[in-house]
Parts: sequence; C-alpha cells; structure tokens
Amino acid sequence: MPFNTLVAVSLVYVLFLFLVAFIAERRARRGRLRFLYSPWVYTLSLSIYCTAWTFYGAVGSAARSGLEFLTIYLGPTLVFIGWWWVLRKLVRIGRTQRVTSIADLISSRYGKSNLLGVIVTLMAVAASTPYIALQLQSVTLSFGVFAADTPQFWELPNQSAAALWIAGGLALFTILFGTRNLDANERHHGVVTAVALEAIVKLVALVAVGIWVVWGLADGVGDMLARIDASTLATWQLEPGRFAGFTFVSAAAVLTLPRMFQVLVVENTDERHLVTASWAFPAYLLLMSLFVVPIAVVGLERAAPGANPDLFVLTLPLSEGWGRLALLAFLGGFSSATSMVIVAAIALSTMVSNHIVTPLWLALSRGPAERGDVRGLVLTSRRLSIAAVLAMGYGYYRLSGGSEALASIGFIAFIGAAQVLPALIGGIFWRGATHTGAAAGLIIGFAIWLYALFLPSVGETGLMSAHMMDEGPFGLGWLRPQALFGIEGLDPLIHALVWSLMLNTLAFLILSMLSFPGPVERLQGVAFVNVFEGRSGARGWSRGQAEAEDLLSMAQRILGAQEAQLFFQAQAAGQGIRGFLPDPTPDFLAALERKLAGSVGAATAHAMISQLIGGAAVSVQDLIAVANEAQEIKEYSAQLEAQSDELARTARALRAANEKLTSLSVQKDAFLGQISHELRTPMTSIRAFSEILMEPDLPEPVRAQYAEIIHEEARRLTRLLDDLIDLAVLENRKVDLNISVANLHDLINRAAHAASSTRPERAFRFERDFPTEHMAVFTDTDRLVQVFINLIANARKYCDAEAAVLRIEVKRRKNRVQIDFIDNGAGIPKAQQGLIFEKFARLTDTSKAGGAGLGLAICREIMANLGGTIDYLPGQGGAAFRIVLPLRRRGDEPGRAG
Amino acid sequence: MTHKQVLLVEDEPNIAEAIRFILTRAGWGVAVEPSGSQAIARICEERPAAVILDLMLPGRSGLEILAELRADAALSATPVLMLTARGQGRDREAATAAGATAFLAKPFANADLLAALEAMAGAEPATGPATGPHR
Repeated sequence: MPFNTLVAVSLVYVLFLFLVAFIAERRARRGRLRFLYSPWVYTLSLSIYCTAWTFYGAVGSAARSGLEFLTIYLGPTLVFIGWWWVLRKLVRIGRTQRVTSIADLISSRYGKSNLLGVIVTLMAVAASTPYIALQLQSVTLSFGVFAADTPQFWELPNQSAAALWIAGGLALFTILFGTRNLDANERHHGVVTAVALEAIVKLVALVAVGIWVVWGLADGVGDMLARIDASTLATWQLEPGRFAGFTFVSAAAVLTLPRMFQVLVVENTDERHLVTASWAFPAYLLLMSLFVVPIAVVGLERAAPGANPDLFVLTLPLSEGWGRLALLAFLGGFSSATSMVIVAAIALSTMVSNHIVTPLWLALSRGPAERGDVRGLVLTSRRLSIAAVLAMGYGYYRLSGGSEALASIGFIAFIGAAQVLPALIGGIFWRGATHTGAAAGLIIGFAIWLYALFLPSVGETGLMSAHMMDEGPFGLGWLRPQALFGIEGLDPLIHALVWSLMLNTLAFLILSMLSFPGPVERLQGVAFVNVFEGRSGARGWSRGQAEAEDLLSMAQRILGAQEAQLFFQAQAAGQGIRGFLPDPTPDFLAALERKLAGSVGAATAHAMISQLIGGAAVSVQDLIAVANEAQEIKEYSAQLEAQSDELARTARALRAANEKLTSLSVQKDAFLGQISHELRTPMTSIRAFSEILMEPDLPEPVRAQYAEIIHEEARRLTRLLDDLIDLAVLENRKVDLNISVANLHDLINRAAHAASSTRPERAFRFERDFPTEHMAVFTDTDRLVQVFINLIANARKYCDAEAAVLRIEVKRRKNRVQIDFIDNGAGIPKAQQGLIFEKFARLTDTSKAGGAGLGLAICREIMANLGGTIDYLPGQGGAAFRIVLPLRRRGDEPGRAG
Repeated sequence: MTHKQVLLVEDEPNIAEAIRFILTRAGWGVAVEPSGSQAIARICEERPAAVILDLMLPGRSGLEILAELRADAALSATPVLMLTARGQGRDREAATAAGATAFLAKPFANADLLAALEAMAGAEPATGPATGPHR
C-alpha cells in the first residue's frame, strides 16, 4: 500500500466528513431534522467514548495485561444499565436549566457561582490536554506504520509536521461546525452527524479485522479458543483492586468527562433517546470489545518480537498483505481519534469562553448598558479557545516526545475528570450540598491528582525529578507523590485514585454540612434535586426595575437580533400583549435568564440580568416555597397562584382593551376634528387669496406669487382627499391588487429615489447590503414601493441625528421576507409606539411635516392587503420599522372581506 | 403717524401671509408669530392693540395662551380674535369660556376678518382712510 494512496484516502475521507457535516447542518437549518433526531444518531454519538486509546490501545492492553481492558467497557455498561435514572436526571436537569457544559452544571447548581465554573474548567483543560495529545500521537503513529517499509519501523520522516497538520485540520473542522450557533442548546447537528458516521466506521473496521482474524487467520471459533488457551493471556491473574478501581473510574468518567457530558446531556435532543441508548450503547461497547482478545492473541503469535502491540490492529493485516483491510482499520483509528478531539474541543472551548473569557470581559467593561456585541465576543473567544485547546494538545505531544509515556494517559484523564463526581452526584441528589463543600472537594481532589498522578506522568524529563519521586519534597517521605502518607506498594493509578477521590469526597461532605447555602444556591438545589417534581420552580427574580426595552437590547447582543425578538414576541404573546415588549414579570425574567444561560452559561447570564435589574435576588415567597415540604400546601399554593395568574392575565387583557377603547373613542372624535382641520386649512388660504386676487390693482409679481400659493394649496387638498379615499378603500379590503413579479432590490431603489425629494437639502445616507436584497417578490409592487417611500420619507423627515443614516436590512425567512428600516435618530417614545399607525397620529403636530398623518395608517392597511405586516421594532437605538411580506402573495386570499 | 399694531399668532405660513396682506392694506401694523410657546413673550414685548390667535398651534394651544393672557393683569385687557379650522361648536364655547373677545371659523371672508378686528379694537378705523397717502 503506497503511502501516497493512504494520504489521498484520508483526505477524501476528511472531505467526505466535511460534506456530511455540511449537509446535516443545512438540513437542520431548513427544519428537516427527522433522522437527526433519531435515537440511533444519539447512541452513535455517545461512542466518542471509544477513542483511539480504546481502538488501538485495547488490543495492546489485552496483549500486556490480559482482560483488564474490559474495565473501560464494563464501567459505562454498568452506568447505562444500572444507573440509567442518574443519566435521566442529568439530561432532564441539563434541559430545564439549559446547561452548556459540565462546568456550567456545577456552577449553576451551587448558586450560579463562577468560581466553581472556573475550577472545573481548569481541571477539564488540564485532564484533556494530554488526552488530545494521545489522539494526535495515535494518528501520527498509524501514519508511520504505512510510511515505513517494515511494520516495526514507524518513524515518519517528519512526524511532528504530520501531527501539526492533523491538529490544524481538526481545529478548522471544529471551528466551522462547532461555533455556528452561539446557543449551546441549539446543538451542533453537523458535528453530531459526522461523529455518528465515524462511530459506524470504527465499529465496522474493528469488527472486520476481528472476523478476518478469527475466520481468516485462525480456523473458526473452535480453533480461536484453542489458540487463546495456549497463549499467555490464559495465564492472566485478576488483580481485584486494579480491576474494581478501573471499572469504577470508567463508570465515573462516562458521566464526568467534558466530551461525554457534551454528547450525553448538551447535545441530547430528546430525553426518550436515553431509553434506546441504555441498551444500544452497551451493545456497541460489547461489539467493540468482542474481537479484542482474538486480535491480541493472533498478533502475539505472528508479530516480530518487540513489535508494538498497540498497533496490532494495523500491522497484522498489513504484514499479511491485506492492504485494504489495513486501510479500513486505519480509517477506524483515525475516526476514533478525530471524533474525540472535535467534541472535546467544543466542550472545552464552551467552558473556557463561558467561565473565563466572558466573565472577565463583563468585569472589565462597565456594564451591559454599554454598547458592544457580546455575541461576537463569545463566538470569537470560543473559536480562539478551540484553536488554543488543540495547540495545547499539540504542544503536549511535542513536549512528551511522542513517547510511549502517553500510554497510561487515558486513565490519568479519567481519574482527573472523576474529581467532579462527588460535587455532581451530591449536587443532584443532596440538597444539603453547598458551594463551599463543592469548592473544597474539587480543589483538594484536583491538587492530589496533579501532584500524585499528572505531574509524575510527564516523565523524568518533565516537572518532577527522580529524587523527589523517591524521597518526597524537602525530604518529607510521607509526601512522596506515589506513596502518600507512607502507604507504599500500591499501583500509582490506584494510589492516586483512592487518595484523591477519598479526600475530595470527605472535604465535600464535611464542609457541606458545616456551611450554610446562600439563597440562590437553595433555589438551585431544589430545582436540581426535585427536577422531576412538576414545576421546576426556582424563579430567582422578584419584580425588578428593569425596562423590557433594556432587556431586549441586551438580549439582542447575546442571542442575535432575530432570535431575541422572536423570544420576546412569544413571551409577550404569552402574557396577552401584542408587540415585542412583555412585562418584566419574575417568570419572564427567569425564562430569559435560562435562555441566555444557553448561550453564555448560568453564572454570566445571572450576572448580566442582575446588572439590569439592580441586584434583585430571591423573593420571600420563593424561599418559603423552598422551605415548605408539605405537598398539600405546595399544591394549594400552586392552585392559588395559577388562579391569581389567570386573574392577573384577564385583568391585564381587560385593562388593555379598555385603554384601547378609550383611546379609540377619543380618536374618533379627534378624527372628525382632524379631517375638518386638514380640509379647512388649505381652504382658508385658497379663499383668502382668491378674494385678494379678485381686486383689480394688484402688482403683477404679487399676483403671480398668490396664484402660486392657491395652486399649491389646491394640490395639498387633492393629496389629502386621495389619501382619505385610498385609506377607505384599503380598510374595506376592496382594493384591486395588481400582482406582478419584481426584484426587491429594484423596488427599494425605486422608493429611495422617489423619496429623495423629501428634505433634499439634508445629508442622508443609506446603509444597505445589496446581495441580500436580490430576490423575486410576487406582490403588488406599486403598493409595496408606496410603503417603502413612506418609511424612507419619514426617516428623511424626522430622523434627528446630525448625520442621518437609514439602515435597510433584508432577511429571507422561509417563504417570507423581512425588511427592517432602522434610522439612527432618537426613535419613538414607548408611549407613542402603539399610536403611530393610527390615523392622523402625527407626533410632531406641525403642518411642517407636510402630510396629514395618514402615511403609516395607509402603510399598515397596504401591508394587511398584501398579506404581510408592518410593526414598530423597539430597542434598536433609532426609529425602526419591520415589514414582513410573503414572497408570493397567495391568489386565493383576496383580503379579508370588510 | 403710528399704525395700530396687531400680533398674529399663526403657524400656517400661507394663511399668515394672506392675513398680513389684508390687514396691512387696511392700515394695520402686523407682526407674525408662528410658535405657540413664544406668543406670550411677543405680546409682552410688543404690547399690540389686538391679538389674532389660532387655536391649533405647535408647542402650545391657543386656549392655553389665551388663559395665561387673561390671568396676567398687565395684558388681560388686550382684545383677542380667535381663529379655528375645526369649526365645531365646542371650539367656539371653549374659546368664549377662555375669554376670547371674538371668534372666527376658517375659512373666512376677508371682509369679515377685518370687520371683526376693527369691531373688537375700537369703532374708529385704525388710522385714517384705508387708501391713505402711504399706499
């Protein structure tokens, strides 16, 4: 198998993965998600648990230490079958609290404390870096096998360059598909689909090699069993301590590894998928482990002495001349490594950016009121974090010399990740667990892990001298890293596991019992522990001072304008309010906080809202609700609350209706007065000047001037009558629409040109994005242009900025188009926003505006006739109007009959 | 000889021009103030013999201006002719209640305007014959 073919095949495979991810992402965006939501994709994505370490390493481990490799399969199997309810609880909590990572879960549970988020993030980065390095090493090693003439010689001429290319490619893939959406709960469909595909490739590869070994090299199952009996594996003795320890730590790791948490909880689209995964994932693991022993036994029989057993999966087919099988095995290993690195990088970058970068930025900037694009910041920091995570993995690979010192890194990372276990399990089952306890446990466990396991693992060249390993620091024997408190003779892994987790758990329990949880912590504790008991309840906000408009402008900067507006609109609709600004009720604030938490993590979201609310925290009612255990009281108060909610909603609706009626009646009176005024004013000029003109001895220039005034006023009168008739026709839906097709871009141009006669002396600039405007619309184009002209002319007339700028943004939304007109003036005061579309609602009340105040009323009626809407869009800085129009006006809908 | 002064508070420039022309030709000195909020200050400053006040003004309504004028001891005697374009009975009542000396609905005959002003500002014509030497 020529090396170049291998490189070509790998490149094609990588391109294929890009394509798959791209297609899945596109399907997801068009809402065609059917197969993406399948429990099988979910189950397959869980298989990132099987990294290159298990793909290649399991055979190596079997060759060296017999059936011990089974522990890494056994642990997760026990969790998925026996501890299914723990998984379900985690997934439920993850969904209700919109958790973005394991660090976010811990931080959110213990009072939205960012300190805990930072601790868990640092631990995760420290534990994952060598693990990522291990993946890079496995891929370069497997390249090396093909590059060399003999399988024993796998030194690639330029190995670190290969690793660098791989790290770079993975960073690119992860950034492309891992940071498309900000909201971690929006899920990375492209990545998950690619990972699921890779899961199939690695399973097929390993099973294919296994079948070939059993029925190709050996003579079927019977012969295989005989060979196993004859091999050194048969003499393997179970070491109960190591076996139990490794099984336990594998079980813990499947819950606490950042990448496992990512696919298990964050990327979960449906809780019911767990039902399938609970048996299918163990079955997958079983299949992965089925042929490990046969491959190891045959490998030991046939390989040259000294060959690396970690690479039997590759070298065995290669040395027997089965190049294509070896290639398949290579792709399997490649898939295992890349899928792990991609998901780990996403998980770690989310943690780093949500718990370290964003809070730092928040602390350094003066507050959310300041303008700035948080969304851009978070996305950039996530992208940089991905690059940094992979750079660190690569750096570690170079540092450790790509040696076999990496072999035990898998378990080292597992034990590091397992330090989160006490705080995690305690947090979801024990309401007494506190922030102090969690922090102490995490720090102690992490410190022992670093000291007793991680630092010594870097090797003699690394950070701990042989002297210190043998004698302890400063000659203190009881502090020897691998024999703490004088307990010697333990396996270093088990030694570190026992000490770190034991002291971690003890510190967590004791300090939790000694310390007292804060109010937010209590609420979160109840929300987590009692997640299955109906209303997930914890509302942290008493009614605050926040203006909905401020909240909207903040939310827009985090979620993006479109999504924030949709969310606010939906919340407002839930309260029975039309428009974009719901009342800032505690329920709304809690919902908003959870929504924001999905993007920037619980702690940051909490901090941002408190800055706007002014430090409002937990209400007495909420605390009483927490303290009250009696189910009846709870139910009763829930009923009362539902009733009073209902009443409040009705009262609000009535109040709104009443206000509307009163103002309508006032308007009706005003309407007659207004019509009279608007008609009589030009008439007055006309009558007065025509009487003057009737006199004989007027100088010619004066006569001409006055005739001109009469003419001008007569035209004004005509315009007004035209508008009134237009409005009457539109309101009765008796208008004949003249549907034709046109390019939206051309229509906007036409309107901009036609409106240029309004205050032409004034500097006025458009901000447009031409490429987005090109699309065909089937509608009454003249009517649509009339609306555009009105909005542009209004901006030219009323925008009070020194350098007036009108931004026109066009966005396509499925079969509708949304056109926003946003100027940079002072905007329209909230009290007036509801009135501007009414007739004669000219805000400035001056005839200098030129029109009679019918423009926006006509616009609203035109849009209704075209099957679309026009609304005022608050919170944009200046005056902003949003037009939504169907791209194709349906012929069977000739307007509502009046 | 001095002309009798009248202050015209009217925001529509064309109407103001028409009234200015009619009154000037009849021998009045006419000052025009387009803004409601400046009206009182102009009256204080110029002490006109009469005020013609539009009801709907930007900044401040004619009724408010009238009320303040009547409440001011130094100015309360000034005769005020109220103009309105809304022409509803209610406007006339409101104007009378606020203390308007006379009331005229738009559009008006030029002769009616002149007659109302002169009736209000004293029976004698302002200054000499309308076709005086100054024409």
